[in-house]
Amino acid sequence: MTGEFTQLSCQELVELVTDYLEGVLPEGDQRRLEEHIAGCDGCRDYIEQMRATVALTSEVRPAGITPEAEDALLAVFRDWKTT
Amino acid sequence: MTARRYSRGVDQVASVDDARLIEALRERNEEVFERLTREYNSSLLRVAQIYVTSRAVAEEVVQETWLGVLNGIERFEGRSSLKTWVFRILTNIAKTRAQREGRTLPFSALERPGTVPEPAVGPERFLPPDHDRWPGHWAAKPEPWPEDRLLAVESRRVVQDAIEALPATQRAVISLRDVEGWSSDETCNTLGLTETNQRVLLHRARSKVRQALENYLAEAS
Repeated sequence: MTGEFTQLSCQELVELVTDYLEGVLPEGDQRRLEEHIAGCDGCRDYIEQMRATVALTSEVRPAGITPEAEDALLAVFRDWKTT
Repeated sequence: MTARRYSRGVDQVASVDDARLIEALRERNEEVFERLTREYNSSLLRVAQIYVTSRAVAEEVVQETWLGVLNGIERFEGRSSLKTWVFRILTNIAKTRAQREGRTLPFSALERPGTVPEPAVGPERFLPPDHDRWPGHWAAKPEPWPEDRLLAVESRRVVQDAIEALPATQRAVISLRDVEGWSSDETCNTLGLTETNQRVLLHRARSKVRQALENYLAEAS
């Protein structure tokens, strides 16, 4: 089966991880990737790390604007309100 | 009354929820204004930063955007979602500001992110391409991360710092997708990106954040 396709190297695999996690890998690449990770714990760990990175990023507090800028915004609104 | 105008069952058109928000803004409802600004400000800031370098100017752009929203809300016809409309106003203001500052717009960064290669993992981590048995395989493979340290507050700070250090377009994409939880469609629409380019930028951003985490977890253990 694998003879049909050249095998994926680890270096190639790391570039496909986002497409893989986004579910947009073409079928052939998807199969090559899954065959590869079945026998490569380094790449399995790598994909787990990317998953953990995405999960952790979702817990980061978004960059807010400064409290001064928030006050200024409210002032803009109150100004507008009277128009 | 005007709400009926918005309830067309077409994608990207203002929803019934939007219609309520629009009505509330027209009625000068401060609470709704505050809620909307709190919800969108961080994303607006990230998108503004694609065009203007200084954080202070980006904050001014956000403020101008809301003034534009308030001044335009009476005429807004709901042909797009409220969110899309707000971000379009922001982008226009940010572009104008960037031009005034004489800054070249980063079109190439948005439209052709693939032109300069940026490996997800440094080549030194892999065996050379002419290796006789395992070309391109891990020379130094990743180690599983210690769960407890990963979940500590400090790791989140590492992520935050890594995001701040990214080029503005990558920072905007990872902020919208992974921090704010936007869909890929919404992100592409707002930033005017193709799906492919959005994924290239997301991939680079996530790869760098992963690398920062790996460095941090390795040095401290």
